[in-house]
Amino acid sequence: MPIEVNGKSLETDEEGYLANLNDWVPECATVMAALEDQELTESHWEVINFLREYYDEYQIAPAVRVLTKAIGKKLGKDKGNSKYLYELFPYGPGKQACKYAGLPKPTGCV
Amino acid sequence: MSEPWEDEVEGPVKKFMFVNRKSPYGTVYALESLEVVLITAAFDQDVSLVFSDDGVYQIKKGQNTDGIGMKNFSPTYRALEGYDVEKLYVDKESLEERGLTEDDLLVDVEVLSRAELADLMDDQDVVLSF
Repeated sequence: MPIEVNGKSLETDEEGYLANLNDWVPECATVMAALEDQELTESHWEVINFLREYYDEYQIAPAVRVLTKAIGKKLGKDKGNSKYLYELFPYGPGKQACKYAGLPKPTGCV
Repeated sequence: MSEPWEDEVEGPVKKFMFVNRKSPYGTVYALESLEVVLITAAFDQDVSLVFSDDGVYQIKKGQNTDGIGMKNFSPTYRALEGYDVEKLYVDKESLEERGLTEDDLLVDVEVLSRAELADLMDDQDVVLSF
């Protein structure tokens, strides 16, 4: 189902991930979150931006365990734990945050 | 019921070795192998990788795929460390035959002789060749 972002219609797959990674603009995350009745806070953006940088560097979406560890390294122990990330992204930090960030579904996510 | 962020029960851990023997582009073997490696690592298995024959080109620095319309996935090998995949072995002869040295590679590896690699393979539960 395509999503409407800034007056443009963007293609997504059946799970809501962007079909074309290059389509992503920050508003995509806001629109996707609204569809799931979520409001994005600074803390959400921290994770989304982190994922964008991770993808830029490694060309993959990290598995959730890897994401958790890497967040801990970059943003501190209080954020690098599953509980914190699940509270921000209740559908799973890997799946949901990657979706908002315009990345593919994480490799190894079943 | 346990919360989703609580640690899962640990299952059995097997020793998996992935032997990469083909150049990175032209066939889908290298990319497929890398995907399986990441999945295996995400399941907390003991993973090691071998690069031999043209497979050594998979981790060569300075890859540029602009001309062939394929994604350059070589940066992903640098993510392996974050997945706790740190056992990367390269066949010494394959490297030398192609005029390459460890400095040409984009990840830290251990260069081994074929005899040493054979011993390592003996030690595995599962060996998958790509």
